[in-house]
Amino acid sequence: MNFSYTILIPLIPLAVFLLLGIFNQRIKPSVSGYIGVFGLLASAILSLYAAYQYFFIIGKVDGVYQTFVEKTVWMNFTETLSIDMGILIDPISVMMLIVVSVVSLMVHIYSRGYMKDDDGYTKFFAFLSLFTFSMYGLVLATNLFQIYIFWELVGVSSYLLIGYYYTKPSAVAAAKKAFIVTRFADLGFLIGILIIGYYTGTFDFETLNNPEGSAILNWASTSFMGLSAITWALILIFIGGAGKSAMLPFHIWLPDAMEGPTPVSALIHAATMVVAGIYLVARLFPMFYFVQDGFALNIVAYVGAISALFAAIIAITQTDIKRVLAFSTMSQLGYMMLALGVSGYDGHEGVGYMASMFHLFTHAMFKALLFLGAGSVIHAVHSNYLKDMGGLRKYMPITNITFLIAALAIAGMPPFAGFWSKDEILVAAFEHNKLIYFIGVFVAGLTAFYMFRIYFGIFWGKDKVYEHTPKESPLSMTFPLMVLALLSIVGGFIPFSEFVSADKAGFEAHLNYPLAAIAVGVGLTGIILAWLFYKKENNLADKFANAFGVFYKWTYHKFYFDEVYLFITKKIIFKRISAPIAWFDKKVVDATMEGIGNKTVLTSEKIKGMQSGKVQDYAFAFVGGTVVFAIVFIYLWTNN
Amino acid sequence: MDFSSFLLMRQEILLLAIALLLILTEIFMPQNKKSSIVDLAIFLFGIHVIIGFFAIEEGSMFGGMFNTNNLIHFFKNVLNVGVFVLLLQSADWLKEKIVTHNRGTEFFVLLFSSLLGMYFMISAGDFLMFYLGLELSTLPIAALAAYETTKRISSEAGIKLILSAALASGVSLFGISMLYATTGSIYFNDIIEVITATNLSILGLILFFAGLAFKISLVPFHFWTADVYEGAPISIASYLSVISKGAAVFILMILLFTVLKPLMHIWEHIIYVIAIATMSIGNLFALRQQNMKRFLAFSSIAQAGFILLGLIIGNQLGTATVVYFVLIYVFSNLAAFGVVQAISLETGKENINDYEGLYRTNPKLSLVMMLALFSLAGIPPVAGFFGKFFLFIAAASEGYYILVFIAVVNVTISLYYYLLVVRAMFLRKSESAIPFFENKLYMRLGLIITVLGILILGLYSPLYDYIFELSSKLL
Repeated sequence: MNFSYTILIPLIPLAVFLLLGIFNQRIKPSVSGYIGVFGLLASAILSLYAAYQYFFIIGKVDGVYQTFVEKTVWMNFTETLSIDMGILIDPISVMMLIVVSVVSLMVHIYSRGYMKDDDGYTKFFAFLSLFTFSMYGLVLATNLFQIYIFWELVGVSSYLLIGYYYTKPSAVAAAKKAFIVTRFADLGFLIGILIIGYYTGTFDFETLNNPEGSAILNWASTSFMGLSAITWALILIFIGGAGKSAMLPFHIWLPDAMEGPTPVSALIHAATMVVAGIYLVARLFPMFYFVQDGFALNIVAYVGAISALFAAIIAITQTDIKRVLAFSTMSQLGYMMLALGVSGYDGHEGVGYMASMFHLFTHAMFKALLFLGAGSVIHAVHSNYLKDMGGLRKYMPITNITFLIAALAIAGMPPFAGFWSKDEILVAAFEHNKLIYFIGVFVAGLTAFYMFRIYFGIFWGKDKVYEHTPKESPLSMTFPLMVLALLSIVGGFIPFSEFVSADKAGFEAHLNYPLAAIAVGVGLTGIILAWLFYKKENNLADKFANAFGVFYKWTYHKFYFDEVYLFITKKIIFKRISAPIAWFDKKVVDATMEGIGNKTVLTSEKIKGMQSGKVQDYAFAFVGGTVVFAIVFIYLWTNN
Repeated sequence: MDFSSFLLMRQEILLLAIALLLILTEIFMPQNKKSSIVDLAIFLFGIHVIIGFFAIEEGSMFGGMFNTNNLIHFFKNVLNVGVFVLLLQSADWLKEKIVTHNRGTEFFVLLFSSLLGMYFMISAGDFLMFYLGLELSTLPIAALAAYETTKRISSEAGIKLILSAALASGVSLFGISMLYATTGSIYFNDIIEVITATNLSILGLILFFAGLAFKISLVPFHFWTADVYEGAPISIASYLSVISKGAAVFILMILLFTVLKPLMHIWEHIIYVIAIATMSIGNLFALRQQNMKRFLAFSSIAQAGFILLGLIIGNQLGTATVVYFVLIYVFSNLAAFGVVQAISLETGKENINDYEGLYRTNPKLSLVMMLALFSLAGIPPVAGFFGKFFLFIAAASEGYYILVFIAVVNVTISLYYYLLVVRAMFLRKSESAIPFFENKLYMRLGLIITVLGILILGLYSPLYDYIFELSSKLL
């Protein structure tokens, strides 16, 4: 028995994409929705079966989960260095298969309702399938280069989907921004890959990650500016991951990416693509951990922690509910990064790694739920802004309940899924780095506060003046909400540590009651504050905003990151660097080229007389050419 | 005598039989039904093409005058497919000629005779067989170039071709006689043993080379090309630029790489100079052509220059890249000529200006043309890119960096004029654009085959490996 059938998991969405893409105009929208959903259903069933087979039947040998690899050589560079294509089955890739499958399936079903009257319905499903294919490919990649290829494919599909409403200038700008910012970070990734290939002679994850392998043991062989080459490579790779996972300072694309349709935000910018960076670090975790005593891993931890804090603060002041969720996503991604950063390797030491993956898993469910719930609300009131919402619990009971469940989960309230995974993260941080632990606890409180701020704002308070009376969304939209809500409740009870751990051996995790109590207490405080501020309309919030004054303003403007970037690109790069280069290009390079071109045409004009149309001239050229050759070569030869 | 050895000549015998059968049919067919001879010829030749795909034994006959091996057989198949596509593209034109001008069907007999000549030429084991094949392949084409007897320009093309060809084959024969004089044999196998570089043998080489260079239209032996292409019927121009040129390149390669290999230090310089001249002159003239047929004539001259990059290195890699390039070139050029044929047949228009706005009225034809031109220009991922790429790699592998650089510059120039046509079709708007028309079945088939060829050859790489494998036969 083997896992070669898992190749079908990515291939089915690819086939769906090609089918819908090629026959775009000829397929009825209703049919294309079904093709998308059933294609993905097939992939999801295969994924779940693969997970069952792996975790419960054949994956474990002598108490350690094995890695199954099936691959073919795609391109050979040297004797040892080649680019392979294949599939890699290990605990985290199987776990990711489930996440991608479940969330993507739910989003597909949801989109059938949400995108119902859209003109590009078929195109939308084609893009969704393309994205799902790329994400599966990324998850199953066997080596750095393959993951990079799918990494970029994911970026392209994300670009297509953010810019889906291509008649809206803001959507087009957001798509470009997301693409360029992540591309910029990917440059680091690519350089990192090349360095690894150069110094270790392989791209293969299995070889690289082997704790007894030469890549890890010989990390110190070359150094550059005090750090080993491999450490540099890992830092560069992490930059790529930080770009995709919207870590500081590459986070600026994520809020803007909310211009895409809401199901897309749920799928790509909450549950799957943005965790690719986390996945990448986890994929290379043994390297991060062992090389140079985890220097690169420390960077991961601090970047994660700062991003988590930074995003949570901004989320408090935003008024567009999707943007609140976007910053919340960034904050939670920071959580996962910091958990990886503080993790050890063996047994219970590796609790951070396990917690990070666990949180990735639970977060995917409840954050997708939050986005889809927000989509349901937006669908009903036709606005993204908090000021246009209020009292919706009466009109949308299912959305209300499921949103509440998700909010409780993300706030870390027991027994919802987020509580369990967040607790493990805090345990890991507490054991390794107290500073990061305190940041984590503080962020937990902020999270609860901003999440219930929008919850109360949307569903409680006074009714706003609605153009149409809001009504509950159709079943195709509420069904995914209910499924995800269920998963957000029970997801936490999975004994995750027995399946996923850094050394793949599994361990038993216990709830740390004192730490859990602190976290829950902080979370409850956040919720209560939100209740005081926003349950009823009052001016408490405004008073606080005024009290904080400048700080509030800074936060509201996201600490002016966008403005700084704009200043750097427009005023410095464009004006001081690009403009002179453009001048040089136009006046020197182009002018030279045009000169050559003109000369060519001129020459062509001048020699046209050669083709006279007279056969005797042709014969003369023929014989003359032969004679010249004869003379030249016989002369040359006799000279030799 | 064991007649089974004649099976080595299966292709030749079958083609001859088809030609004779067509003559008989022509005689006994009532006049009002003669246009169906076109269908018959295509059908018979189609069978011939299919039979050609079956493997053939390797060996030689007539005391070494006639050779065949898998590479030669493969190349005959390439020629077959090319001629088949050509027949498909010419079918409607021929039917019209037969019906309206009451012309005979000598077209097929002449065309097949010429093809037969090429078979013998590339299978030749000595200079006599080679020369006979060369003549048999050229003379019928001169008659065909003058096929449109009502047009003065067509007669002019015929007479120009026959005069130039006579000169070329005379020079070539003179060269062969000198090679005979220095080696005492006309058999390739004997010559290869004894040939050395003497004044006489070098002169023989150069004269002999000039004859084949004429067929490939290398500079300065190329002048006839544009005039003949312009005047001759499009099918014949297409035949000259694709089939005739392909066969000549192939036999030239065989002779240079085997018989004349001891003189390689001489001919590599000749080819070096001629390659640069051919690429540059072909491109410079192609730049300003207005007539599609002349345009394609000069483009095919430039392409021949690129082929020389593979010839110059004289080894298995060179053979493989040349054969692969010719194969791609056959499909690309046939596609381009096919579109020209279709449009000329429907409207009589042959100038680049007439193609303006074609995409709006005839999108499919424009796409075929675009694909063909992209392939000729060498834009990835269509086949032409790989053809050129491999040629350049091959030349670079032997250290001809300057030559490759010049070739790359020439590719850039060629890009300009190929895209000029694409621009006319796609970007220009015209009030008097060629109106929409539907192609007939044969033409459509002919174009579809070429398009498939261009796409598949570009994407299916094992074919190149197969050709590379075959190329070991030569050396």
